[in-house]
Amino acid sequence: MGKKFNLVADGILYLILLLIVLFIALPFSYILFSSFSTNAEYYSRGFYILPHKWTINAYGYLAMNENFMQAYRNTFVLTACGTAISLGFTLFMAYGLSKRWLRGRRLLNMLVLFTMIFHGGMIPTYLLVSELHLLNSYWSIYLTGAIFPFLLIIMRSFFASFPPELEEAARMDGCGELQLLLRIVLPLSIPSVVTIALMYGVAHWNSYFQAILYLNDSAKWPIQSFLRQFLLDSDTGMLRSVGSYEYGPPVKMAAVIVTALPLLLCYPFLQKYFNKGMLVGSIKG
Amino acid sequence: MNPVWKRSWPIYLMIFPGLLFFIVFRYIPMGGLVLAFKDYDPFSGFSGSPWVGFDHFHRLFTQQDFWIILRNTFVLSGINLFFFFPIPIAMAILLNEVKLPWVRKLVQTTIYIPHFVSWVVVAGITVVLFATQDGGINKLLAEHGRQRMELLTDPSYFQALFLTQNIWKEMGWGTIIFLASLASVDPGLYEAAYVDGAGRWRQLWHITLPSLRTIVVIMFILRLGQIMDVGFEQIFLLQNSLNLSVSDVFDTYVYRNGVQHGEFGFTTAMGLFKSVVGLVLLLTFNRLAKKFGEEGVY
Repeated sequence: MGKKFNLVADGILYLILLLIVLFIALPFSYILFSSFSTNAEYYSRGFYILPHKWTINAYGYLAMNENFMQAYRNTFVLTACGTAISLGFTLFMAYGLSKRWLRGRRLLNMLVLFTMIFHGGMIPTYLLVSELHLLNSYWSIYLTGAIFPFLLIIMRSFFASFPPELEEAARMDGCGELQLLLRIVLPLSIPSVVTIALMYGVAHWNSYFQAILYLNDSAKWPIQSFLRQFLLDSDTGMLRSVGSYEYGPPVKMAAVIVTALPLLLCYPFLQKYFNKGMLVGSIKG
Repeated sequence: MNPVWKRSWPIYLMIFPGLLFFIVFRYIPMGGLVLAFKDYDPFSGFSGSPWVGFDHFHRLFTQQDFWIILRNTFVLSGINLFFFFPIPIAMAILLNEVKLPWVRKLVQTTIYIPHFVSWVVVAGITVVLFATQDGGINKLLAEHGRQRMELLTDPSYFQALFLTQNIWKEMGWGTIIFLASLASVDPGLYEAAYVDGAGRWRQLWHITLPSLRTIVVIMFILRLGQIMDVGFEQIFLLQNSLNLSVSDVFDTYVYRNGVQHGEFGFTTAMGLFKSVVGLVLLLTFNRLAKKFGEEGVY
């Protein structure tokens, strides 16, 4: 009796989970498979997941489309530089704030925390960027979002968990603070630093509104902003064909896939790090 | 040199770039909020523009747009609070019941992925699926002899689309905090209940659910503190001129009328209203959550 009940309950449980996984996976799969469709099949055939005829026309079109490739390269630059800058700012400040004996530490912490609950808003920040003559420069993006207070605090707590003896021993050996950080503390913190870097990397890769706000010249746009425009401009303004490649709905699907692809490839690393529970612990704490 | 200072200055030097960031890009814009009381003129700049007192606020509260925006914000937040909020909890309970580790791992891996995908990609998938002409859903409808639906532009579908996107993207990620809470339950409790003859339902009812109660209440209260924030990027990407009546919220209005049409003073006043109300709500509900947390946990 008990066993049969479990069979039913487990059956329902696994069925619900299957439906949830399908709910997540189907939209992805639809886009992925449709991107390999021919235009003719996409227009003439009704709803389908798997195309009869497969082609890489859509990907060829994107590869030959100079605007798309330019935006894609822009995103690589923005992500690499943005992450490096954010990481530098965050690590140094977090390390500094982790020193319990530092005078003014409480005030500095309060200063950081307050920015998490109150902000000047879009217009004053926009006007500031404009007055600093940063409009249309990537520095507007690098600087306005340089530090995420949340990640700063995680890193600070992590650095604060090092025993003070480490610092004293290092000082006895004539090691300065900078050396202590670069030679001893950072090498011991690699998993945390990688986690923070991945978080910044994802944010930079996914960022699109700042580019729309601060970069007037659309040739400088990252892929996210370009993709939005690309999907909005329903067929207008796109070349009918580039070389032997034709434009059509599958090209849009391919653009979505290519934009999401690097993140999907990084996902196993992301999962490895957030599974360690560091971020969860800090959310709870 | 003073020994304390000798030890401190390298540390202050390390903090300095970060501090400069917070002062320039976080605190100076807060100072820029004085624009809410000025008539901003680009040629006179911040200080040269004339004061107008509370004129912008007077206009704000007497303009119908404001009340529509406020209503939309509350409606969308309400949808998140009452329809989205319970889903990660239910999901965490379901996952907690899974006894096969590989199934659990597989499901978790799948449902976390969308969290890392950008809103632009989610909006892209939405457009491709729901477009009136070539969208997958409408193709399906047409095949079955139904009318095509204007899913993206008809205001009556906007809220459902907003909720569905949220569920799709954040349902999985939202389970993490509840799963962590469930993982900290003493397994001995389940064993003892089993020995006492409690079946699975009774274990669920008497152990699993009560162990979630505190975190659920705390999370709900914290969410209440954030009702002024309703996912700007998501809404901005779903918005079009046809669904503005239900999709316009503070930030989208500020972007459209401030950045695009140059009404800097008025939109700054609107931003200030949102920030201040948001701050008050956040502090009030955080305090409440803390109080409840202490009572509930200890």
